[in-house]
Amino acid sequence: MPEFLIACPAIIFIAAFAAPCLRCLLGDRVGYVLSVAPFAALGLILSQAGPVESGAGVAYSLDWFSALGASLDFRLDGLAFLMSILITGIGGFIVLYAQGYMHGHPQLGRFYLYLLAFMGAMLGLVLSDNLILLFVFWELTSITSYLLIGFNHESKEARWKALQALLVTGLGAMAMLAGFVLLAAVTGTWKISEINNLGDLVQASPFYSGIIVLLLIGAFTKSAQVPFHFWLPNAMAGPTPVSAFLHSATMVKAGIFLIARTNPALSGSGLWEYSLAIFGSLTLLLAMFLGLFQKDVKSILAYTTLGVLGVLTMLLGIGSEYAIKAMVVFLLGHALYKATLFMVVGSIDHETGTRDVTLLRGLRGLMPITAIASGLAALSMSGLPPFFGFIGKELIYKAGVKLDGIEIVFLAAALVGNLVMMGLALKAGIGPFFGKPNHDALPKKPHEAPFSMWIGPIVLAVAGLVIGIIPFWVTEFMVSPAVAAIKGTEIAHLDLALWNLVKPNLPLLLSGITVLGGFFVFLYRARFWAVADRVLAAIRPYGAEAMYERIFNATMWFSKFQTRRLQTGRLHDYVFMIVVVAVGLLLWAINKHGEWSIAVNWAEYDTLMVGLTIIMTIAAVLAVLANSYITVLASLGTIGFGVALIFAYYGAPDLAITQLLVETLTVVLFMFVILMLPKLKTFSSGATRLRDMIVASAFGATITILLLKALNIQFSPAISSTLAEMSYPEAKGKNVVNVILVDFRALDTLGEIVVVATAALGIAALVAAGLKKRKGEESS
Amino acid sequence: MEALIAVLVGVLFAAGTYSLMRRSVVKLVIGVLLISQGANLLVFTVGGLLAGRPALVPSDGTVPPEPYGDPLPQAMVLTAIVIGFGLAAFLLALVARAQEAVGSDDINAYKNTDT
Repeated sequence: MPEFLIACPAIIFIAAFAAPCLRCLLGDRVGYVLSVAPFAALGLILSQAGPVESGAGVAYSLDWFSALGASLDFRLDGLAFLMSILITGIGGFIVLYAQGYMHGHPQLGRFYLYLLAFMGAMLGLVLSDNLILLFVFWELTSITSYLLIGFNHESKEARWKALQALLVTGLGAMAMLAGFVLLAAVTGTWKISEINNLGDLVQASPFYSGIIVLLLIGAFTKSAQVPFHFWLPNAMAGPTPVSAFLHSATMVKAGIFLIARTNPALSGSGLWEYSLAIFGSLTLLLAMFLGLFQKDVKSILAYTTLGVLGVLTMLLGIGSEYAIKAMVVFLLGHALYKATLFMVVGSIDHETGTRDVTLLRGLRGLMPITAIASGLAALSMSGLPPFFGFIGKELIYKAGVKLDGIEIVFLAAALVGNLVMMGLALKAGIGPFFGKPNHDALPKKPHEAPFSMWIGPIVLAVAGLVIGIIPFWVTEFMVSPAVAAIKGTEIAHLDLALWNLVKPNLPLLLSGITVLGGFFVFLYRARFWAVADRVLAAIRPYGAEAMYERIFNATMWFSKFQTRRLQTGRLHDYVFMIVVVAVGLLLWAINKHGEWSIAVNWAEYDTLMVGLTIIMTIAAVLAVLANSYITVLASLGTIGFGVALIFAYYGAPDLAITQLLVETLTVVLFMFVILMLPKLKTFSSGATRLRDMIVASAFGATITILLLKALNIQFSPAISSTLAEMSYPEAKGKNVVNVILVDFRALDTLGEIVVVATAALGIAALVAAGLKKRKGEESS
Repeated sequence: MEALIAVLVGVLFAAGTYSLMRRSVVKLVIGVLLISQGANLLVFTVGGLLAGRPALVPSDGTVPPEPYGDPLPQAMVLTAIVIGFGLAAFLLALVARAQEAVGSDDINAYKNTDT
């Protein structure tokens, strides 16, 4: 039943759009009902464990824009399986948790709409087997996360941070799309599973480096790698359930997922490996450094998430079997403990009214269940046995000690990173619950969080402990299929037994150093807080966020500048620009596609017409330059009647008659309003007039050239002759022009009548308004 | 002969464009009038000029005798003349009324009327 692959995101999207209505019907209890959707999807995914474990996977395709290569290709392999379980499983608990956290919020329905839509997009993203489909879901996660981060839209800061996340990830996605297009052009397919089998073709192509750079820009912006890291801590502006979801299982892992997904096709070159390893380790070190100085529990966790993303990227770059195993285990472990810790922070914030670690102490007595969940998660994050986090950390060191030469710096980075991360884990997860209580200093009197808010943390935290003690079944059906999918092999075997890792060797020694160092970081945490404000203020001007602000402001400045210059609000400038651009483009086109020589037969002319043309030219110049109405009217009349004469002379009696009629009317009309019109004046300076004259003459000359060239081109003479031949037999009319107007193009003529009638209505309204005003002035 | 008319069309366009770029509101109307004359003449000329040969079917025939002036551009220009008149009339009324309301005949003064 492979249709379930499309059903899983569909269920969640349906729940999303039903959420606002359900909120109205059910009130705040809506969370219990909505959590059914992600858990149902989780059940569907888990039911496919068999085919995934065997390495076969499940695939489902539905035609979409198949001509463009965009079809709804879904595929569940080991990697997608792991990610889907995290998204739906953790997502379900987050939905429950949000019910308690957002209790009574007037926009709870809208919140669930955004949250579930985000979840559906994320699930679709990891299940996609088509680059275009993946991109669509990728953008959907950007948009929904924008709405979630900016959920408190009354706050200017929240809006600014949401926009920042959207701009950074959105621009990255543009680069990624370009990379996708190159990848599809090289391989000739949009299907990711096919591309992954064409790795040799991709790596032999001249676009290989370009593809890597573009894809990695997309992945690095989404997964907040240096130098795009700054948006992630800022994304904390969203409500805590959002942070828990975005920073544990999903959004930020999308970039990691993309790297892992395309790893079989792209890995194998120094560019790929070193880009990932270097940027990953830099992200780790920077995140740990900044994390040391944070005092807000949520910020501490955000920086550790950043560090974990760095570790994951680095491990993908190292790319050995141990490294990939470590990456998968670390990703799974992180999702479990980080979701827990974020939810715990939300509970603390909810119950005490603060997230300041310098205030929070001794809450264990009042919030026992939350304290247990937090403690378990923090220990797992610290990498202590027998928690799952320990296995992840051991595998990192196992992968690390295999490195040689200069690459040993990555091991050093991992050691420093893990060490600080442990300190931060204790600081955020243990610190608030131990020590001497100071409940009086807290803004609110704390008590235990409600059921909906502790169930998720405790289940996920206990899961981290259980799979740490008995990792076999998780290994078999979640970890090794994912490793196989990332490595691009059929199946991978790995042995994660806890006691196999506890052997007196180098990795264990490194673990020991980590634990000791982590405790020291924890013990001396207050020293960092003492200097925090000074240090952060000192480095801020050199940071990436300051750079972002500069680029942002520069863009805004440029936008304002060019708007001011181009949108002057003066008719003269608009006409001037249009004419200059038109002349430039026309001459460029003639120069590029045609030739300048024009076949003109100057010898053949009619004396009558030559005279008429000269008179009309003089009249045109007078009409423009004269400052007397009599001259202007006489000139306009001369031109109008001249045109009528040309029509009459060259076989167009109908045109001549109409032109005469219209011209007479126009002159009469002009005479009629002449008393209401102001005197003709010259406003512009001589220089402006000279410049305008030159531009206008250039435009006129271009039109002449264009007309002369057009005379030599006949696209479809058959249209005219067919109309002429059909005129009498078909329409019983002897005047072909008349027949065309009232018969062949009758609808056009109707349109023309409508235009004239509308103009008449407009004129009537304008005149009436003028009369009314004048009457008003007279009576007052 | 087309070449000469082509030059005339260019002159009309140049004069009309120059007039459009003036600040006096009435010159705006003059510019529009000149350009619409030029445009009509342009479309008419593109069909080719043939003196004294209108596309009329003789009383004893069913098709106009070759050669005849191209009827298609003529039909289009006929439509354009009438619409051009509608536009000119509306523009005249608008300008007359607008300069009364704004109190200035300088078109640059018109951009500050929204405040």
